[in-house]
Amino acid sequence: MTVKKDGPIGADVAEKLVGVVGSEHVLLDIEERSLHSYDATIHRFLPDAVVRPASLQQVSDVLAICYQARIPVVPRGASTGLSGGSLPVHAGVVLDLGRLDAIREINQEDLYAVVEAGVKVERFAQAVGAVGLLFPPDPSSARASTMGGGVAENAGGPHAFKYGVFRDYVLGLTVVKMDGTIIRTGGKTVKNVSGYDMTRLLVGSEGTLAVVVDATVRLIPKPAAKRTLLTVYDRLDDAASTVSRIIAEGMQPAAIEFIDDASIRVVESFLHLGLPLDAEALLLIEVDGSEAEVIRQAEEVSRLCRAMKARSVEMATTDQEAAKLWTARKSISSAVARIKPTKVSEDATVPRSQIPEMVRRLKQIGEKYRVDLVVFGHAGDGNLHPNIMCNEDDSEEMERVWQAVAEIFAVTLALGGTLTGEHGVGTMKAPFMRWEHGDQALDMMRAIKAAWDPDHLLNPGKMFPEDAPPWPISLQPWESSLAKERRSSNE
Amino acid sequence: MSSAEFPFIDPPGREQYQPCIKCGLCLDSCPTFQETGEELESPRGRVQLIAAVDRGVVPLSAPKVAATLFSCLDCRACEVACPSGVPIGSLIERGRGQVVAMQRAHRSWRGRAAVGTTTRLALKHLLPNPKRLKQVGRLLAAAQRLGLIKSRARFLAPVGMRRMAEAMPLVPRTLESDTVSSDTPPKARVGVFLGCIMDVLFADANQATIRVLQHNHLGPVVPGGQTCCGALAIHAGERDQARVQARQNIDAFFASDLDYVVTNAGGCGAALMEYPEWLAEDPQYRDKAERFSQKVVDVAVVLEKEGWRAPSRTSPEKITYQASCHLSNVMKAGAAPVRILKSIPGIEFQEMADSARCCGSAGIYNLTHPEMSEALLKRKMADVPDGTETIVTGNPGCWLQMLHGVDAYRPGIRVRHLVQVLDDAYGREALSTPVATGASE
Repeated sequence: MTVKKDGPIGADVAEKLVGVVGSEHVLLDIEERSLHSYDATIHRFLPDAVVRPASLQQVSDVLAICYQARIPVVPRGASTGLSGGSLPVHAGVVLDLGRLDAIREINQEDLYAVVEAGVKVERFAQAVGAVGLLFPPDPSSARASTMGGGVAENAGGPHAFKYGVFRDYVLGLTVVKMDGTIIRTGGKTVKNVSGYDMTRLLVGSEGTLAVVVDATVRLIPKPAAKRTLLTVYDRLDDAASTVSRIIAEGMQPAAIEFIDDASIRVVESFLHLGLPLDAEALLLIEVDGSEAEVIRQAEEVSRLCRAMKARSVEMATTDQEAAKLWTARKSISSAVARIKPTKVSEDATVPRSQIPEMVRRLKQIGEKYRVDLVVFGHAGDGNLHPNIMCNEDDSEEMERVWQAVAEIFAVTLALGGTLTGEHGVGTMKAPFMRWEHGDQALDMMRAIKAAWDPDHLLNPGKMFPEDAPPWPISLQPWESSLAKERRSSNE
Repeated sequence: MSSAEFPFIDPPGREQYQPCIKCGLCLDSCPTFQETGEELESPRGRVQLIAAVDRGVVPLSAPKVAATLFSCLDCRACEVACPSGVPIGSLIERGRGQVVAMQRAHRSWRGRAAVGTTTRLALKHLLPNPKRLKQVGRLLAAAQRLGLIKSRARFLAPVGMRRMAEAMPLVPRTLESDTVSSDTPPKARVGVFLGCIMDVLFADANQATIRVLQHNHLGPVVPGGQTCCGALAIHAGERDQARVQARQNIDAFFASDLDYVVTNAGGCGAALMEYPEWLAEDPQYRDKAERFSQKVVDVAVVLEKEGWRAPSRTSPEKITYQASCHLSNVMKAGAAPVRILKSIPGIEFQEMADSARCCGSAGIYNLTHPEMSEALLKRKMADVPDGTETIVTGNPGCWLQMLHGVDAYRPGIRVRHLVQVLDDAYGREALSTPVATGASE
């Protein structure tokens, strides 16, 4: 299975696209193309054009035009992804869905909302929060990232521990196939067993099957109260074991976040909150429910943390204080760039009982390959974020980084885990899909892909090892050739 | 230092943009991104476009490079939002320097110049020259008093300028740079930075600053030989011009032995604080600039630091506060101005939502990008709480913009500087306290 594309956008195709979305929304200049060549990974791929539709019909028309011309299309929300999902690996058109930014309905009787792909996750959560409802998935990028991106990548976040991920909230979708066909899946009901569950298939399909234009999502009543606890550990092991114990004891906090010593240092240098720089790890724990319930839960959790040798357990006394702690947690993934400029971010996920073992193994891998490995993440659901900080200019170091990454994947799978808990496969994990799924399961995935997009024009270069950039990842070779070409044409 | 792609001195540095991991957490903090939703108009986009130029993917002469570097408000909200600590402001200012130098180097440059001739001449010959600036100020004052500004003459000015002129306050008498005498020995050695626009259009605020400092036993000196801070020049990419002014100010203030260089204009204070960055490649001034910048402090912050006395009362007034971007995001004055306002009895303080969001003034941005500026001003005025009688601000640019804003959208609201509110309150005390003091003795 390979991409059957014809090459850059010709004038005739560009003209047709302009006819659909208007000239100001078909971007062909090198400035705009380079601005749509990246996401939050280390990869960059240059698209041939950027097209910004503003309606379902425009999305359909643009896709139909590209389908006829055999031009790959890559849907894009805010390009904050950590797996390469929105990168134009095989060039073509980047389909920017940012203009589809309406919250069409918030239904307080049936507890659902209809929201377009380009709406920012946080803006949506605030809008439903304003009427006393909760949309729980809260990826750390929520301020910038979009609902469409969240659906496509099946995003999670800290609260996934208690409340689940995007997939658990999507009831129905409007999507467009590569050939322009508009399809509606699911509905507005919580129960629905009518036919194959295409909604759940499309959530997390990373834009490889169809372009998500809007989603009908389930909402729940907002808990009356919540509290945030900051627990400090002198030993990393004790923090990791606490997580397993909390779960084994049947406690159900809303979130349990793990933060290691290197993460504490970088986030402290960003926000100056007075976090303990001599601690080996922190757990940030949120409990929610009724006022009485949160007090009881907070006491239970505190008692257990102390029994597990926490140095201190403190409860945020005000909402502002709690908000600051969460800002700190959500900043870590970016603040780590203070260590070294290149970030290789993973989100290997293991069964919860394996968290202490996984943390130990990650630290060992860091030492073995002499790489700066930082660990933080959603310990509550076994979804850790080992991040390797390095310098892409240092090829010897990068070699060790890729070896360390491969070993992280191997260890994760050996512990019964998965390559990715919430970031998606994209380009970064595609080479390892066979390790996790085997050939037969991958063949079934290929068959599904072929049913939706037989020519492999929609978001190619993702998910399947044969399309993805080769491993170990070599960085943007196109850039130097393009630069050379440009310089010589100037002379 | 320069490179193949950035051929002029002090270019954006690879080590500056490299920590940008493109996470996007800056996007929503940027007023121009909030308005347009376009990557091109976002901090991440600007940083990555600079990176793309440096890597040779995009030529420096590509039209959108100049356009987006100059459409940045320079409000620095993105720097506060960026967990990775990318010096976005410096990257953009250095990028502008490259664009301006390139356009000047290529006589044949046909594109629209990023910085117009009038602006460039003003930056070079008017703002750094207190004498000339004051002459213009006097002319402006005369014109206002003769009613020319509000009448026909305004049609001679470009649109943005015309709007400003209409909202312009009556130009008061300016303060002569000189040492100000003080009756009690001060708690700290304080030098006051006057600024160019402040000293012509808002000299009242400079005088109030001095009185407020005196009142709190921080009797200041006003070093002679000081000049415009250079912020407008640096924003315009005129880096050499800005450096000339920076050196002059450093020399002027180092002539007196000072603990603090006090500013009452966020934009100026931020510029003074960034002299080390401007002069990083100047071996003679690098260290001096470092020591100088550590002394720079906003008037509200120095009052809190050295101790100040809250006035016993003032006339009742509903006040809101528009934070100057540079005062909050670069000088990191935090809530000091608000705390001061809140501790004056009689003032009913009203929180303004998202008060640190740029009002669209941004130096001369309201002249160069009137549409974006107006959109931001409109949003800002909508955020002014109902019932507000006075908007307090801490920067002349914001002040002018607020004046224009209330004129257009919220007539009847006053605009004042924090020090004027304080100065007034102290003044009222002086009128009424002798009786009270006498009684208590």
